[in-house]
Amino acid sequence: MVKISDTKIATRESYGNALAELGKEYENLVVLDADLAGATKTSVFKKAFPDRHIDCGIAEADMTGIAAGLSTCGKIPFISSFAMFASGRNFEQVRNAIGYPHLNVKIGATHAGITVGEDGATHQCLEDLSLMRSIPGMTVIVPSDDIEAKAAVKAVLDMQGPAYLRFGRAASPVFNDFEGYKFEIGKGIVLREGKDVTLFATGFMVAESLKAAELLAAEGIDAEVINIHTIKPIDKDLIVKSVSKTKKAVTLEEHSVIGGLGSSVCEVLSENLPAPVLRIGINDEFGQSGTASALVEHYGLNSEALCSKIKAWLK
Amino acid sequence: MNNKELAIMATKVRKGIVTAVYSAASGHPGGSLSAADMYTYLYFERMNIDPKNPKMENRDRFVLSKGHTSPGLYSALANRGYFDVEELTTFRKLGSRLQGHPCMQETPGVDMSSGSLGQGLSVAAGMALGAKLNNQDYNVYCLCGDGEIQEGQIWEAAMFAGARKLNNLTVIVDNNGLQIDGPVEEVCSVYPIEDKFKAFNFNVITINGNDFDDIRKAFEFADKSTDKPTCIVMKTTKGKGVSYMENQVGWHGKAPNKEQYDQAIAELDEQLKSLEA
Repeated sequence: MVKISDTKIATRESYGNALAELGKEYENLVVLDADLAGATKTSVFKKAFPDRHIDCGIAEADMTGIAAGLSTCGKIPFISSFAMFASGRNFEQVRNAIGYPHLNVKIGATHAGITVGEDGATHQCLEDLSLMRSIPGMTVIVPSDDIEAKAAVKAVLDMQGPAYLRFGRAASPVFNDFEGYKFEIGKGIVLREGKDVTLFATGFMVAESLKAAELLAAEGIDAEVINIHTIKPIDKDLIVKSVSKTKKAVTLEEHSVIGGLGSSVCEVLSENLPAPVLRIGINDEFGQSGTASALVEHYGLNSEALCSKIKAWLK
Repeated sequence: MNNKELAIMATKVRKGIVTAVYSAASGHPGGSLSAADMYTYLYFERMNIDPKNPKMENRDRFVLSKGHTSPGLYSALANRGYFDVEELTTFRKLGSRLQGHPCMQETPGVDMSSGSLGQGLSVAAGMALGAKLNNQDYNVYCLCGDGEIQEGQIWEAAMFAGARKLNNLTVIVDNNGLQIDGPVEEVCSVYPIEDKFKAFNFNVITINGNDFDDIRKAFEFADKSTDKPTCIVMKTTKGKGVSYMENQVGWHGKAPNKEQYDQAIAELDEQLKSLEA
């Protein structure tokens, strides 16, 4: 069984550390920032490889284009900013200057979702998965902990073409340190087997889902928990396989229920195996200021709230 | 090439532009024709390129930021031997390699997909920075429209290029004075263009963009720069070479009908004849 460790680390830290580590092996790796290297943790890379870190100033659209140009010269650029500005401010630049020519640019988006906390709604990006997965050829990944975040950075370096990586600001528990853990783009991971309902979770919500599954078990509900770290390409086979057993699906994400994991799972099921789905995330609304934990509780994303919501839905 | 040879080639490039747009019954002849002399100079005299090896590593790069004037680029590439001139008649048609706006994956010789205005200079700056990081000595040229520089991203890119002292980058502003809704000055004035780029730490030179001596002089000026990118503001005539299109805003994005096409070709053939005489 997967154990949730007491060790907590924000996936943005993992991102910065992974870049600094992989920079030695991948000489073409360059990192671009828009005045947020301290916050996105790419400052770790900058310290190790000052000549390969390019601060573009507060100009995300320009940074996106510069990265496109660098990639045509054989570089593998990572552009870093908060998810709001790495997918929202520059959406059209990502689409037209990176997506359309299918350039080898990676987008490292930190501070995604509600757990940004005190900065409030303007900085809590709840739409990035929806935006990014709609771009043809874009790979979209949401790592769930430190181990997965580092594995994802390496995996996108080893693939050709654009990729969007979503990282969190808040520290989150490590749990992928189990034997046999393997990260493969597009392949979901069954973390807990069950027969009554499948919980499809991504990113920060994976650990909460594991905890919720324990609470559900105490109530006599046997939930399967699957980590969908890759939103695109989505693991259609695993989704269909699991729901053909459990007959019911719940999706859990720190994102709007519109356009992200919930929509992706609904698309797969409605075309292949129609089944009831409960989408849990942020409903069609903006966030607000508060500590990350207060917000998680307020929006009903902690394990206790998840347990009662799922239990009520299953009745 | 000498000026006469360049002028002859530019006239052939103009014929290709008119033919492409006529064949598609759609497209942007005005800004393609205004810059036809520039395309010709770049692809027939200035740039270190090889049509047989379009991806040559140390080649000079060209980014057509005002991507709607793709007929000019396509016609220059075709005449330079990247593909057959006949292919220009497939422009904008289903299945063609010659998309309405440039597509680097489809068309040999196109260094960057473009067309969404304001984005090209950032990409060109990235390419110029790439040369510096890779210790290569190629140059990067970026062609913008004068209306296009109303886009804010142009100035983000200009600030970056100036700050990074990208002396291997040259931006050319095609100052034909007209954009879709009317004269640039009336829609939302971009003037003074020179002072703006100077303030962003560019070397700036203003030339007649329909004069090969002037064009050559501008690039020789750019070559001398050691610590700044260069901006060439080129004054041109929109629709240059086709009498009824010259300085007419209506020909920004409109195709000629059969009669107009025949007249345009007749005029250009006449120009060729007198140049070759």
